[in-house]
Amino acid sequence: MKFQTIVSRMVPLPATNVDTDQIIPARFLKTISKEGLGDNLFCDWRYDAQGKPKPDFILNQPRAQGAQVLLAGDNFGCGSSREHAPWALTQFGFRAVISTSFADIFRGNSVKNGLLPVIVPADVHTELFRAADANPEATVKIDLARQILTTPGGREVEFPVDGFSKHCLLEGVDELGYMLQHESRIAAFEARRAASINTLA
Amino acid sequence: MPRTIIEKLWDSHVVYEQPGAPALIYIDLHLTHEVTSAQAFQGLRERRLKVRRPDLTLATADHSIPSTDRSLPIVDELGRKQIEQLERNCKEFGIPYYGIHSDRQGIVHVIGPELGLTQPGMTVVCGDSHTATHGAFGALAFGIGTSQVEHVLATQCLLQMRSKTYQVQVNGSLTSGVAAKDIILALIAKIGIGGGTGCVFEYTGRAIRALSMEERMTVCNMSIEGGARAGLVAPDDTTFQYLHGRPHAPKGADWDAAVARWKQLPTDEGAQYDRSVTIEADQLEPMITYGTNPGMGVPINAPVPAPSDIADPAARADLEKALRYMAIEGGKPLVGHPVDVVFIGSCTNSRISDLRTAASLLKGRKVNPKVRVLVVPGSQEVKRQAAAEGLPEIFRAAGADYREPGCSMCLAMNGDIVEPGKYSVSTSNRNFEGRQGPGARTFLASPLTAAASAITGVVTDVRTLL
Repeated sequence: MKFQTIVSRMVPLPATNVDTDQIIPARFLKTISKEGLGDNLFCDWRYDAQGKPKPDFILNQPRAQGAQVLLAGDNFGCGSSREHAPWALTQFGFRAVISTSFADIFRGNSVKNGLLPVIVPADVHTELFRAADANPEATVKIDLARQILTTPGGREVEFPVDGFSKHCLLEGVDELGYMLQHESRIAAFEARRAASINTLA
Repeated sequence: MPRTIIEKLWDSHVVYEQPGAPALIYIDLHLTHEVTSAQAFQGLRERRLKVRRPDLTLATADHSIPSTDRSLPIVDELGRKQIEQLERNCKEFGIPYYGIHSDRQGIVHVIGPELGLTQPGMTVVCGDSHTATHGAFGALAFGIGTSQVEHVLATQCLLQMRSKTYQVQVNGSLTSGVAAKDIILALIAKIGIGGGTGCVFEYTGRAIRALSMEERMTVCNMSIEGGARAGLVAPDDTTFQYLHGRPHAPKGADWDAAVARWKQLPTDEGAQYDRSVTIEADQLEPMITYGTNPGMGVPINAPVPAPSDIADPAARADLEKALRYMAIEGGKPLVGHPVDVVFIGSCTNSRISDLRTAASLLKGRKVNPKVRVLVVPGSQEVKRQAAAEGLPEIFRAAGADYREPGCSMCLAMNGDIVEPGKYSVSTSNRNFEGRQGPGARTFLASPLTAAASAITGVVTDVRTLL
């Protein structure tokens, strides 16, 4: 799937260091498919002990319906390597997460699932939270090709993306397909470097 | 140019690299488990691909596996299906599998080292963020997502950007009652849980050299809690002695050649790191976490930070949120706080030395009757060794529940949970909200602190019992 420019409302979630156990708790990882995770996104913040939606949690509010951009606190996605986290986010409908920083594994997993991590400076981050708080309908535009985020106030902010991830997202390139093209190089590497273990032995 | 061990490991595994693009790096050992692999195997099937190197791959069941009697069927249907799926996948793709009835089953980060599969100079990956554990051997080891599990199964390679190098120098020596776990908790408290993002840690210094391999694994294990995907210790005689004679370690002339090769790995004199931090081991005290991420830790007798002491509004709000979840007050130490559950286990602290440490404190004592104490060995091998040393009898006589190997209450996927609102002192690696069960409140600490708190029923400075 090719990544298209997003124009969307923001869902502000100001907590910092949101870990992948909050995004999707471990008890939902007993699945052998990628599906069905979106309903349990942020489960323990989103539902009470009886499983009823908590009205004060942002994902349960009308503004979250159809929104494609999560506005998150610093160091989003820390903790476990579970790719269930971006699966749950994209199944809910998110296509980009804005923060000042992302944990390494989460960032890598996101890009592989068409979810764009957008890193912005602290002042822009603060401005976006203010705009989202002031007006739930405030929209941002995220143009990956130009690497430009346009704030609700019309300010254009450049964001970093490594060239390879950008190419893969924009063109819908499948990384494994790319890697398989290097088969002869992998074979040559193996030929000059004997394996030191054999798990089958 | 002088290089760090991190750069040497990287350079020796690059299959292909172009400027500005991620490098294709070769993986020497791929460990898999039931929770993060099923969708990857399904991906292979859909593309009609094989596992390129089953001989460099190993699977075990650890996350969803019950810690109760293994002769009984698994009650949890989803967990059972997940484990059966892994078994089918391993059969179909020809991967060795140490399943629920194998005498080699265990937590993936415990069995790799004890089988001698994890060796210096290797790249090791697993769909699990605590793969950094294997860095204790001077390996570049890191956690990957399920897409990357599929990539490695299909190509034995990964696409990776080069990481920054981060030296964690630990000077001096630990004092009595202070453990390897306290080094890593102190580091994370100092640099924060995002402090090492984009980096690989190299742990150096006299205090690190003095650690056993199992203690080094405890330190490396929690590198990810400091934001670093990998953390490692350069190999030395301690490493070689641990490895010698293990089932998959090289033998005879191969052993000598391997040791000669491994001796080339340590960081060259004069090599530069991108970043560095220093910790004085003599000044460390037993550490305990009070909040909802592993960076929220303090020396055990120090007061928990009070929101009123924090100037930055965002940081104050975070602290308030954490203290509210934990239902504790800032400004006071945690010592004396009631404890409901003690968990001794997980890939951080479930090895034989951890069990010995806990047993040494529990021997001839009783756990407080109000505390549920769970001791879960990391592997069948740890369980066998513990039995040979009479440790299960010590745990049971003290009133602790001694279980079957697996991840258990570290992430509470297998039915071993801390009840809502209850407090646990846990030797595991994460105190996130709900990590040990919805509403559970976790204090992370060393096996010594955990065992001491089990005895008294309150958070305890182990040094008062030594």
